[in-house]
Amino acid sequence: MEENITKENIRKKENIVYKKTNLMTDKVLSYCPGCGHGTTHRIIMEVVDEMGIQSETLGIAPVGCSVLAYEFMNIDMQEAAHGRAPAMATAMKRLMPEKYIFSYQGDGDLAAIGTAETIHACNRGENITIIFVNNGIYGMTGGQMAPTTLPGMKSSTSPYGRDIVTMGNPLKITELIAQLPGTYFVTRQAVHTPANVRKTKKAIRKAFENQKLKKGLSFVEVVSNCSSGWKMTPVQANKWMVENMFPFYPLGDIKVDRELVK
Amino acid sequence: MRELKLMKGNEAISEAAIRVGCDGYFGYPITPQSEILEYLMVEKPEEISGMIVLQAESELASINMVYAGAACGKRVMTSSSSPGISLMQEGISYMAGAELPSLIVNVVRGGPGLGTIQPSQSDYFQATKGGGHGDYHIIVLAPSSVQEMADFVGLGFDLAFKYRNPAMILSDGAIGQMMEKVEFDEHQPRFTEEEIRKNTPWATVGKTPDRERNIITSLDLDPARQEIHNIKLQAKYRKIEENEVRFEKIACDDAEYIFVAYGTSSRICQKAIQLAREKGIKVGLFRPITLYPFPVKEIKELSKKVKGILSVEMSAGQMIEDIRLAAEGNIKIEHFGKMGGIIHSPAEVVEVLEQKIIGG
Ligand SMILES: Cc1ncc(C[n+]2csc(CCOP(=O)(O)OP(=O)(O)O)c2C)c(N)n1
Ligand code: SF4
Ligand SMILES: [Mg+2]
Repeated sequence: MEENITKENIRKKENIVYKKTNLMTDKVLSYCPGCGHGTTHRIIMEVVDEMGIQSETLGIAPVGCSVLAYEFMNIDMQEAAHGRAPAMATAMKRLMPEKYIFSYQGDGDLAAIGTAETIHACNRGENITIIFVNNGIYGMTGGQMAPTTLPGMKSSTSPYGRDIVTMGNPLKITELIAQLPGTYFVTRQAVHTPANVRKTKKAIRKAFENQKLKKGLSFVEVVSNCSSGWKMTPVQANKWMVENMFPFYPLGDIKVDRELVK
Repeated sequence: MRELKLMKGNEAISEAAIRVGCDGYFGYPITPQSEILEYLMVEKPEEISGMIVLQAESELASINMVYAGAACGKRVMTSSSSPGISLMQEGISYMAGAELPSLIVNVVRGGPGLGTIQPSQSDYFQATKGGGHGDYHIIVLAPSSVQEMADFVGLGFDLAFKYRNPAMILSDGAIGQMMEKVEFDEHQPRFTEEEIRKNTPWATVGKTPDRERNIITSLDLDPARQEIHNIKLQAKYRKIEENEVRFEKIACDDAEYIFVAYGTSSRICQKAIQLAREKGIKVGLFRPITLYPFPVKEIKELSKKVKGILSVEMSAGQMIEDIRLAAEGNIKIEHFGKMGGIIHSPAEVVEVLEQKIIGG
């Protein structure tokens, strides 16, 4: 057995167990080690690849750490102004109803500066997919407090911990938009373990299938980590996420086939 | 066959949009231009040409809908009035940076702030000098009649696509609200996806195997590349300045004095010319139609021939800065402005000409 593990053998097609997704470009990901953005990009591209819809899929990158998502995804993409992606996705879908349109947004982008665009696109029931990566912090700008930062959680603009009296409460925007009649599928997932990656991929697949079936808006939150912003190692960050983020942002479907399930 | 109609300036914008094959309108109500959205909702252009009309949740949303539609190679537009246009500046700057063609209509009202709903020309600086952040210009067309409101929709789209740049119709509440006769061309079909793929190969309409993916962005974090991008933008603006200047001259041939005015105030000046000439004052009108690009050469030439220029604006004096720069100090140039939604009377324009230019 041992002597079979040679470079030549590993490279043999029949021995490949993991490889770069076809629709990811060769550009090296700019994310910190362990960051959930890279994994989330990958599974979106796997879904687009498996559905065979590369030529019909248009993505929108946000302002945030994933601002350069268009460098990594091998599809036509637009770069949004901070928070405006749902408005853009609305126009793209209205003008080209046969295309698959998704926005990819962070929590600052989607739940602070872009709250109005998010709520109204969801409430109109636009037939689009919103992928929402919630890491409870402004990763890109260096770890400031986000609308989703947990009570007591430290950030560069809540250095003594988020005080909900003066800084407000974290916003559970996903639960909020699940209440809107326009949303068809609302779910909260994570990508820190292979099992969770599989679940998230299934959810994203379902979201894209919903567009095909013209069902309305699908919203997939991915609770993610930010080792740099949280000032932790990647392993610590995942542990902290499981222990602190998940109790506040519980994983699972919130609305399925337009019915609240939670 | 041209079709004759009687309608408001605002309605003429909408009717023209349907007829030139506009793909989408996205807007938010604000006086004095809400008729643009209302007319479109009544006419249901989706049933006529497939044109999409959507009332957005804000001007921020509207302009970003326009950004995204333009990025798909679609002929898309929005309209608003001054406070709403201020909100749109972020999106306009992004479109300038990403080089996206689009049409924005500003039916100007008096400011600053919530100001008034009455007509004004106080957004000249904002329109012609960029308006949002960064070094950029948008093409600015200034209609002075309902007919021009209609005609500049097609012209605006054509120029926008020719240069991959946003274009603006800078009108005002008076022209938006007044009714006049207006002639329309027949309906043009909208572009098909095949035509869009051919005409605008940069558009994001889906990556096919025969080409690289298309990316629409205004971002480049590398300063060296960002500088090159800016140099390219500036070269484009110089080309626009060279090729797209439009203006009208009225009674300028024998004129000793010139009014420079656009939009509503240019119409007041036409009446003022009559009154002045009855008194034996030889005055003409130079009306810039493109405010950006500004008719610099033409004003410089005029300034060598006449004795004085009066800039007549419904503002505290904005265009006069461009007139003075163009004239290079050759002659006396004064400003006569009205603010806060007040329109000049022709008689007072003549009076000020006599006092500030002829007598002064
Ligand atoms: C209008 C505007 N305001 C502020 C910024 C600065 N900014 C860039 S990214 C960002 C926060 C992004 O946080 P989030 O959406 O949570 O994304 P993450 O980086 O955490 O993935 C901010 C405030 C900007 N680019 N534009
Ligand atoms: S700063 Fe945070 S969100 Fe950004 S790449 Fe690093 S870990 Fe990911
Ligand atoms: Mg974040």
